[in-house]
Amino acid sequence: MTIDNLLIMHTKQIYINGLGNVSPQNTTNPEDFLDEPLSFETNRLKCIDPGYKEFIPSDMLRRMGRIIKMGVAASKICLRNAGQTLPDGTFIAPEAIITGTGMGCLEDTGKFLTSMINNKEELLTPTSFIQSTHNTVAGQIALLIKCHGYNFTYVHRSFSFESALMDAIIQIRTGEVSNVLAGASDEITSHSFAIMERMGHWKQKPFHSLNLLKDTQRGTIAGEGASFFFLENQKKQHTYAELKGITTLLTPASVAETGQKCKQFLAKHQLTMQDIDLVVPGFNGDIRFDTVYNEFIADCFPATPLACFKHLCGEYHTATAFALWMASLVIEKQRVPAVALYRNEPSLPINNILIYNHYRNIEHAFILVSKA
Amino acid sequence: MEMSKRVYVTGIGIVCAIGDNVPETLQSLLMGNSGIGEITLFPTKHKGYLPVAEVKKSNQELLNDLGFPHAKHFTRTALLGMKAALEAVQSARVNNIGDCPTGLVSASSVGGMDRSENFFALFLENQKKGRLADVINHDCADTAERIAGFLNIRDFVTTISTACSSSVNALMFGANLIKTGQLDRVVAGGADSLTRFTINGFNTLMILDKSGCHPFDDNRAGLTLGEAAAYLVLESEEIVLKENKTVLAEVSGYGNANDAYHQTASSPEGKGAFLAMDKALGSGGLKPSDIDYINVHGTGTINNDLSEGAAIERLFGEHIPPFSSTKAFTGHTLGAAGAVEAVISVLSIQNQAIFPNLNFQTPMKELKMIPVTALLTRQNIRHVLSNSFGFGGNNSAIVLSIPPSFQ
Repeated sequence: MTIDNLLIMHTKQIYINGLGNVSPQNTTNPEDFLDEPLSFETNRLKCIDPGYKEFIPSDMLRRMGRIIKMGVAASKICLRNAGQTLPDGTFIAPEAIITGTGMGCLEDTGKFLTSMINNKEELLTPTSFIQSTHNTVAGQIALLIKCHGYNFTYVHRSFSFESALMDAIIQIRTGEVSNVLAGASDEITSHSFAIMERMGHWKQKPFHSLNLLKDTQRGTIAGEGASFFFLENQKKQHTYAELKGITTLLTPASVAETGQKCKQFLAKHQLTMQDIDLVVPGFNGDIRFDTVYNEFIADCFPATPLACFKHLCGEYHTATAFALWMASLVIEKQRVPAVALYRNEPSLPINNILIYNHYRNIEHAFILVSKA
Repeated sequence: MEMSKRVYVTGIGIVCAIGDNVPETLQSLLMGNSGIGEITLFPTKHKGYLPVAEVKKSNQELLNDLGFPHAKHFTRTALLGMKAALEAVQSARVNNIGDCPTGLVSASSVGGMDRSENFFALFLENQKKGRLADVINHDCADTAERIAGFLNIRDFVTTISTACSSSVNALMFGANLIKTGQLDRVVAGGADSLTRFTINGFNTLMILDKSGCHPFDDNRAGLTLGEAAAYLVLESEEIVLKENKTVLAEVSGYGNANDAYHQTASSPEGKGAFLAMDKALGSGGLKPSDIDYINVHGTGTINNDLSEGAAIERLFGEHIPPFSSTKAFTGHTLGAAGAVEAVISVLSIQNQAIFPNLNFQTPMKELKMIPVTALLTRQNIRHVLSNSFGFGGNNSAIVLSIPPSFQ
């Protein structure tokens, strides 16, 4: 499954002109690029509180679910980073807000379910129901920055962020808008963690997170995050990178088919596998699924430098948003943080980065980012 | 990237409270038969107090219809979705879905909640309890991947969840994928089943009408929840010409905007609704006077109908086209509503008919507009505007038009 034609018509380049990332690492300041990575003894990573008071009025903050706080903070950090503010600090609304979330607002969903069941459908209050809706993050961002433009939320497992980016590319390339605030958010809650633990998703016991990729057992560590990008049709002084394109594949029959799609995808951009300076695969330390990456890399990128990210942010449906944040900064700074480097230091300049992710060998996706 | 290509509707499928398929649904619309009744699907305190619009089939009956009576663990949302999507593809006379690049853009707001709320009751007692098979399909993507697997749609699959505007947005994104040449065919629509979660959720907002909804009536007291799935097959002009296909309607315009006023309430002046309708007309190169019928969102809540009415009066001025809400037939089917009403809009074009706004008695004091209350036939309907608005300020509108002649 692939959408390649998006990439044929290069009538308009798309630039990443702002970043905002709330994650289990210190990522809110793009100048501080994973220089002091945090390691946790856990199988569940949690986002670092970036100081939500700075981004959200206190009366709203008390009621807001965590994913909403994460998403609002990341989007405001992104808009500030892109210079989308007036001298008095007011935000300049983007022309569109397009987001993705794999599971949506789990905390509020769990809260409403719990009170519905425990109170036997009586005396319920609406707040958690209202906030359980999957589009709450995009809606709250629009509300807080008064954005009346196009507003979409994609909720399709590990195609959620990918679909949001695809739509953003369509909106900009067709000239509907000149900029988009695009991003993704997902949260892990004690309920979702416990359910997925029973399904065998996680490592059996707390794990030294930075060693995740060296493990050869089953399971990964749960993660979460909110990452936003200010995408524009113009190159600016503060441009990080160019977002070239994206393609998705649903349950490819073999690694050979994935390789073939990858080759076609790159060809649409007049690139070959040799032009890729760094591959960012979604290794998550789960032997059952990491073998897919290993085979693909052995086939297609046997000697290409590799950088990884899920030991930093954990596994979640929209983890590729963390990867895109990392790739954008690698291009801008022309260096790979030591903690992310997995194999071979790339030689400079780093022109093209390919993110390759799959979620439990079902949803596969490639994102191509280049030097602007 | 150009947006020059045209997008046509070549197939429709629906399962809702007034019909298991398109012919039954049309029959109910023509006869004025509402699908609203008592809750029978699951035990709840609200049974007998809050009416709903249920699909009149059990999960087992849906499985039988689909031809795999022994399958287990499907969510009701997925079963409804598969049934409607199959009818849509059959009605478009697609024999081999792989004959051109084909995608699925689906929508849902509750996903597999119909099973996960049962799981959760056991899970809360003891976190080791509850069958995982009842929660593994909780997320919104499950329905889309089930439909894609069932219909063998391989080239692209995604899901949109923007509350009650979800499936208009699915049609919009589907049309954009065709217009920009990514795909030649998209099956687009949405599915949502009734759950205790949604009934209790809307009940906390005190916007459920105990006597069944009466949209755009001065004495309206809220909405009535329903369940449904509806899908439309969208195809490019090339495919339509090459295969000499019958076109049911053209997707001629669409618009999406955000009200940015309140998480659940609409602004009194309906800013988002106005922007969405205005964009929909603009993108189709249409003037307000080109619209022959509006299938309004018209949930029957005090807030929605006032806000939507104000936006319509602002956009259309003195010349408001005939309009009706069909939610007193189908209930408010949330993530499926936009696609349900797109199918009804296509039926309106095909039959040159305007279906009535049931349960209307008293005009709203604040508005000059009065809905169509009895079936109108032999109309001249070229362009239908259909609105869908949701929580999060999400406002969407789509224009479906009479198919062009290809002679």
